[in-house]
Amino acid sequence: MYAQSWSSDRALDQLAQHHLDLPAMDHQQEEKVQLLGMWASPYVYKVKWALSIKGVEYEYVEEDLRNKSSQLLEHNPVHKKVPVLVYNGKPVAESDVIIEFIEDAWKGHGGRILPEDPHERAMARFWVRFVPDKLSPRIWKWFTTAGGEEQDAAREASVEQLQVLEEKLTLGGNEFFGGDSVGLVDLSLGALAYVIPMYEEIIGERLVTEDMFPSLYAWMGRFLAAPPVKDHLPPMEELKLRFRAMREYFVKNSA
Amino acid sequence: MGSQGDVTVLGTVVSPFALRVRMALYLKGVSYEYLEQNVFDKGELLLASNPVHKKVPVLIHGGKPVCESVAIVQYVDEFWSGAGFASILPADPYDRAVARFWAAYVDDKLVAAVLGILRAATEEERDEKVEAAHAVVAPMEEAFATCSKGKAFFSGGDSVGYLDLALGCHLFWLETLRSMFGVTIIDAGRTPQLAAWAERFLDTKAAKEVTPPTNSVEEYAGKLQAIWAAAASAK
Repeated sequence: MYAQSWSSDRALDQLAQHHLDLPAMDHQQEEKVQLLGMWASPYVYKVKWALSIKGVEYEYVEEDLRNKSSQLLEHNPVHKKVPVLVYNGKPVAESDVIIEFIEDAWKGHGGRILPEDPHERAMARFWVRFVPDKLSPRIWKWFTTAGGEEQDAAREASVEQLQVLEEKLTLGGNEFFGGDSVGLVDLSLGALAYVIPMYEEIIGERLVTEDMFPSLYAWMGRFLAAPPVKDHLPPMEELKLRFRAMREYFVKNSA
Repeated sequence: MGSQGDVTVLGTVVSPFALRVRMALYLKGVSYEYLEQNVFDKGELLLASNPVHKKVPVLIHGGKPVCESVAIVQYVDEFWSGAGFASILPADPYDRAVARFWAAYVDDKLVAAVLGILRAATEEERDEKVEAAHAVVAPMEEAFATCSKGKAFFSGGDSVGYLDLALGCHLFWLETLRSMFGVTIIDAGRTPQLAAWAERFLDTKAAKEVTPPTNSVEEYAGKLQAIWAAAASAK
């Protein structure tokens, strides 16, 4: 799964192994893991998938974001958002931070979320940033813009970024960006696998077709069927109702 | 350690993200070739090494580029690790999460706040943006108390770590805002511990190693303002 990428020099390999030498957390003593979440948040699902990869048992707490609980406000005073992972009473907020924590805290348990090779890890972390920096904002713009010139432009901008993914983020013959199993990059892109088809249905326009994006399209199907993902997906009918209402709102309120 | 293969950094002397990477390499004792970039006239190597974003910093190690400062700093920490190397991220998983959380917060909120102050068209707007910047910095006073555990730095020790670099690399821009507009963002009155930390940070060898040349940040800020003004009048 990990390429002999930069060197066959054993001294270098041994040097690189040290990043794995984190103190092992003792999971045998009683541990309490809670996930504060909300049923429609893609960031919450990202964390659920990560917990599933590691086989972590946790208590899920559904938050009403219109009436935030004192627990949520106490555990995430800075952003007041979900997801928050609470590990033995200690909160971790921000989904990307939570996923790295899950990888660190349950090192050696379940599957790997990040590759072993430092350069591959860096590439994974690079692609993680691509999603919020370049991709999501453009797809959101396409979804929230009424039909017409402006929406076409937003669609083109989204297609452009999706093409970057299609061309630059190679599977290398693997099923997932993480290799044989779902990894960090898959998790970061993951929600798009159910969000994009949903947006397409609501808008009545395709964005990711098999024709234009053969690699991405095929990956989307495999991702939704992958073991850590398939039993942890949002209720799609409810989600569609919610997003249909959102689209109507944005269309009505556009200039 | 001996040579670890060629290391090159593409950066600018004013980019906080490039400064962060250079400080990380300094902490590890890794020597590298530094290539100053002109972001207004991007060179072939930058465009080839970071085709997706065309931005600095880029670390090129053994011919392979690493982009995005958060990815680069962790790469540097992970590749040059073990006996004889300082650690950048702490060892404990929860401490690592706290450091990553605040580093992400800084990159998300502080950069926008600084640019807001720089872009303000009126005195009034600037005052608002300064208030906003103070609000961004405010929670970090408590974060410092929690992370430092009574020591000098966010790392919880006597030398700098991941979060120190993440926030510290922005201090040169905050200094420039002070000299340009007389505003103090990390203010000893509002955030005393943070202000004391900032002084200590700027006094470290790592910070001194990468301090931008005098006026360079202000000159760059001036160029940005000129570009924004030109774009505004073109509309």
